[in-house]
Amino acid sequence: MIKILKYSIYDLGRSHWTFIYFGFYLLIAGTLLFLGGDVLKAIISLMNIILILIPLISTIFGIMYFYNSRDFIELLVAQPVKRSSIFLGQYLGLSLALSVSFLLGMGIPFLFYGLKDSGQFMNFLSLILTGSFLTFIFTAVAFLIGLFNENKIKGFGLAILFWLFMAVIYDGLFLLSLLMLEAYPIEKLALGMTVFNPIDLSRIFIMLKLDISALMGYTGAIFQDFFGTATGLTITILALGLWVFIPVYGLKLKGNAKDF
Amino acid sequence: MIQINNLHKSFGKLDVLRGLELTIDSGKTVAILGPNGSGKTTMIKSILGLVIPQKGEILVNGNSVKNNWTYREEISYLPQIARFPENLKVKELIKMVQDLRKTLSDPEPLISLFGLEKFLDKSLRTLSGGTRQKVNVVLAFMFDSPIIIMDEPTVGLDPIAMIKLKKLIKEEQAKGKTILITTHIMSVVEELVEEIIYILEGKIYFRKSLAELNGTVKKIGLEGVIAEILEEV
Ligand SMILES: Nc1ncnc2c1ncn2[C@@H]1O[C@H](COP(=O)(O)OP(=O)(O)O)[C@@H](O)[C@H]1O
Ligand SMILES: [Mg+2]
Repeated sequence: MIKILKYSIYDLGRSHWTFIYFGFYLLIAGTLLFLGGDVLKAIISLMNIILILIPLISTIFGIMYFYNSRDFIELLVAQPVKRSSIFLGQYLGLSLALSVSFLLGMGIPFLFYGLKDSGQFMNFLSLILTGSFLTFIFTAVAFLIGLFNENKIKGFGLAILFWLFMAVIYDGLFLLSLLMLEAYPIEKLALGMTVFNPIDLSRIFIMLKLDISALMGYTGAIFQDFFGTATGLTITILALGLWVFIPVYGLKLKGNAKDF
Repeated sequence: MIQINNLHKSFGKLDVLRGLELTIDSGKTVAILGPNGSGKTTMIKSILGLVIPQKGEILVNGNSVKNNWTYREEISYLPQIARFPENLKVKELIKMVQDLRKTLSDPEPLISLFGLEKFLDKSLRTLSGGTRQKVNVVLAFMFDSPIIIMDEPTVGLDPIAMIKLKKLIKEEQAKGKTILITTHIMSVVEELVEEIIYILEGKIYFRKSLAELNGTVKKIGLEGVIAEILEEV
C-alpha cells in the first residue's frame, strides 16, 4: 500500500489543484486574521466556511480523482498488488494531500499572527481536527460512489447530491421534523439525527469546544445539556470516526468484489 | 500448472461461463479459441483475479486464486485492451511496473527489439494503437515469469512486429514456460501452439492437440478443421 500511496502523493504533488487549495486557505485565513484582528472571531468565521467548503471540495476532488485514476487502477489490479491496498492507497493519498494543504494553509497564517500567545490554540486545533475528519469522510464517500458507478456523470451527480443533502437539505428536513413532531420527545430525536450528519457533528464539536452559548444553536445546546461538554465532545468524535470507518470499509469490500 | 474447476461467471443476466473445466500442464502452450463474446477474456481475467467468479475454483501452481494476490508474481499478462495512466511517459510506466513487482526485469532488449527508444519520453496519450501494443508487450515480457497469458496479443501489430513477437514467444517456450494465448490469427496457432481449446457457450467445446490434427490441417487449413469439428459435434 505504501507504494500506491507514494505514487498517488507524487501524482497529486504535481497537480496545480492541490496548490490552489492550499493557497485558498492561506489567503482566507490570512485576510480574516490580519484584517479582522481577532483570533476567536477568525476561527468562528473560518468554521462557517470550512463546514461547507471542505465537504464540497473533498467530494468533487474525490470523485474526479477516482475517475481519473481508473486507468491506473486497471493497470494495478493485474499486478501482484493486494486489491484493497490499491483503493486504500489512493484514498489515503488524496485525503492526506487535501488535509495537509488545509493544515498548512491555515497553520501558516495563524502561527505568524501569534496563535501561541492568543490562548486559542485548542480552539484552532478543533477546527483543524474537524476539517480533517470532514476531508477523510467526504473523500471516502466520493470514492465509494465512484466505485459503485461506472457512469461518470451519474457518479458525479450522486456525489454532489450527497454533499447537497448533508450541507443544505438535511437541516431543512431536520427543522421540519422538529416542527411536525412537537409533542414527541424531540430532544432525543434531535440528538439521533445529528449523528447521521457529519457536518452537524463537526459544527457541534467546535461549538462545544468554543463553549459560546449564543452560538451553540439548538442541537449544540441539547448536546451540552444531555451529555455535558466532555462526553459531548467524545461522542461527536466517535461518531465522526465511524463516519470515516464505514465508507472506508465499504471501499474495501466493494473493491474486492469488483470486476475489471 | 493452471487448474479450473466448475467455473461459473455471469454479468447480471448474462451467463458467460457455465461450469468451465480446464487443466493446463506446466510447460505447455495452448490456444484458447472461440467466437467473439464466448468468454475467453472473462476466463483469462478470472485466472488473474480481475473478474470474480460466482462459483468454482481456480488453482495456479496449486494455490487458489481466491482472495490471493501473491500468485500474480508468477504470471506475465498481456491484456486485450491495455489501459495505461495516460499522462505518464513510457519510461515512467515501465519503471512503475518494475517497482510494483519483486521479480527481476530486463526491458532494454525488448525496447530495442521493437524500436521503442524514441517513444520513451513520450506520454502514453500520444502513442498510436500499435505502439501502445508494443509497450504492452514489453511490460509483459520484461519479467521472467513461469506463466505467460496473452489476450489477442497481435491486434494492432504490423507484420514485422508480429514476427518479432512470435520469435519472443518461441524463446519463452524454449525456457519451458506455460503459455496461454487467445487469438483469431490461425498462423499464430499453427506456428506456436501444441493444443487448441475451443470455448463455446461458456464451456470447453473441444480440446485437440495440433499433432492430432496435423494431417487434416495440411489439406484444408486450420480454419477448415475447426469448421469441420464444429459441424460434427
Ligand atoms: N464487466 C462486464 N460487464 C458486463 N458484461 C461483460 C463484462 N465483461 C464481459 N462482458 C460480456 O461477457 C461476454 C463475454 O465477453 P468476453 O469474455 O470478453 O468474450 P471474448 O473475449 O471471448 O470475446 C460478452 O457478451 C461481454 O459483453
Ligand atoms: Mg476477448
